[in-house]
Amino acid sequence: MIRDITIGQYYPADSILHRLDPRVKLSGTLIFIICLFLVKNLWGYLAAALCLGAVIRLSKVPFRHIVKGLKAIIFLLLFTVLFNLFLTSGTPVFEWRFIRITQEGLYLAFSMAVRLTLLIIGSSLMTFTTTPNQLTDGLESLLRPLNKIHVPVHEVAMMMSIALRFIPILLEETDKIMKAQQARGADFETGGLIQRAKAMVPLLVPLFISAFRRAGDLAMAMEARCYRGGKGRTKMKPLRYGRRDAAAWLILGVFAAVIIVTRKV
Amino acid sequence: MSIILDKVNYVYSPGTAYEKQALKDISLVLEDGDFIGLIGHTGSGKSTLIQHLNGLMRATSGGVYYNGADIYDKDYSLRELRKKVGLVFQYPEHQLFETTVLADVKFGPANLGLTPLEVDLRAYEALRQVGIGDELIDASPFELSGGQKRRVAIAGVLAMQPEVLILDEPTAGLDPRGRDEILDRIAAIHEERHITVVLVSHSMEDVAKYVDRIIVMNGGSVAWNDTPRNVFRHYRELEAIGLAAPQVTYALQALHGRGLPVDTDVTTVREARDAVLAWYQKNGGNGLRAEAAGVQGKLYSEEAGGDSPCAGAEKRRGGAR
Repeated sequence: MIRDITIGQYYPADSILHRLDPRVKLSGTLIFIICLFLVKNLWGYLAAALCLGAVIRLSKVPFRHIVKGLKAIIFLLLFTVLFNLFLTSGTPVFEWRFIRITQEGLYLAFSMAVRLTLLIIGSSLMTFTTTPNQLTDGLESLLRPLNKIHVPVHEVAMMMSIALRFIPILLEETDKIMKAQQARGADFETGGLIQRAKAMVPLLVPLFISAFRRAGDLAMAMEARCYRGGKGRTKMKPLRYGRRDAAAWLILGVFAAVIIVTRKV
Repeated sequence: MSIILDKVNYVYSPGTAYEKQALKDISLVLEDGDFIGLIGHTGSGKSTLIQHLNGLMRATSGGVYYNGADIYDKDYSLRELRKKVGLVFQYPEHQLFETTVLADVKFGPANLGLTPLEVDLRAYEALRQVGIGDELIDASPFELSGGQKRRVAIAGVLAMQPEVLILDEPTAGLDPRGRDEILDRIAAIHEERHITVVLVSHSMEDVAKYVDRIIVMNGGSVAWNDTPRNVFRHYRELEAIGLAAPQVTYALQALHGRGLPVDTDVTTVREARDAVLAWYQKNGGNGLRAEAAGVQGKLYSEEAGGDSPCAGAEKRRGGAR
């Protein structure tokens, strides 16, 4: 049920991608996404897909597991494709009553579908191979220059890591409360929209209460250990670039260059 | 009339790195009217097992039969099953959500499609059974004490009048008084309604005091399924899997070890008292009193008062004469 949502959940494995510096993975994902939007023709998509395939192989995350994560966005994908297919104006290739499919629409629908799929797989690959803690560490380190203009980078990163840390806990809690209410005869699966929304009350009220309780407990525990924000804090495992990170930067550069070249084809 | 589990296996997240077999070939029969204790180390599969009994979790392989009907049958209604098999989760007070105690208890029976009058009757009855007085029924459940919340939550399941009541550690985090209150209530309900009760617990004392049969889980399998006496006889093996026998069993083992030939299979304080008294009666007479005093002296030499179970029993015996 709820546990089936695999999008973005860390997948433990021992691969070169898992060991890569989170800063490289973060910037790499950003570069990959930008490149996807720079692509102009089929060759570009082919290059991006091939690169992504190679990275998936390197990550040792089973392909099936990645595809399972796509299930969550299948409706978004379907909507995009259908809207682009039917609502794009241009040279018609098929016409029947009010349905009109144009050449431009076909191309746009196809490229949007490919772009979205690659984008989701690419970014979820990052979260599959990076623990939430590494991720926020990387983010904090990348955004540190913003400290100069008084952006509380450490605090924001801390909030993010706490939020990420709480996702599995709250999912588990939801599962538990759902089961407890089901044991009392609650029905979450049948009925119309309004009935279903009403059925959520016995789930949401306990969930919110427990979230607030947990937040209060955590705040207390942090204060009890004298947490006072980022000033003067050091890290037990500071991030350090290694040789493989340099290699990864190099590969990223080559990839970006290839994508730009395909624009000219 | 019974619940039968036939070679039930359950695997968490099969095919991923998190794969874990939680239940291994569990075959059990829970008869009507049984009072069963389910014990096991953390992670031994107790909670997974009880969720199979009312169909909240579906076995990876194997079958579960309620009163002879296969609950995995396509036509079998799991909602019907959940009416009959009531499950009280750990920390059930976390599932309270209504504005008043009464409304929360009514949630379960109201889901059964009963008339409003019947729902009210059942809710009041359940609140009476758990000992929540009339002065609390209109209070917000969030204003109550921990023990009261817990009892309201249990009433929420009782109000559905299940034939089988399963409680997952109903006394976790309660003080001794709250613990005794809840367990006594449950025992009384078992007597009154003749329902099957499954009590999951970490406390060997609680289990020994109330249940007729103990099921010991270890690493996803059933290690023992027998009367408390027979199970706690294996206290050395129980210790090896992170459990123990009731403290009073150890006390009598120690007595036996020091040369007092008492029955060592006792599991409750009452049985222990009877065992010691039986020994005393058999060897009654003044000559042996000195010997008993000698044994006591050895046992409690460091304790000045000598306020031991033995001494207590002796005093009581002396008073009766």
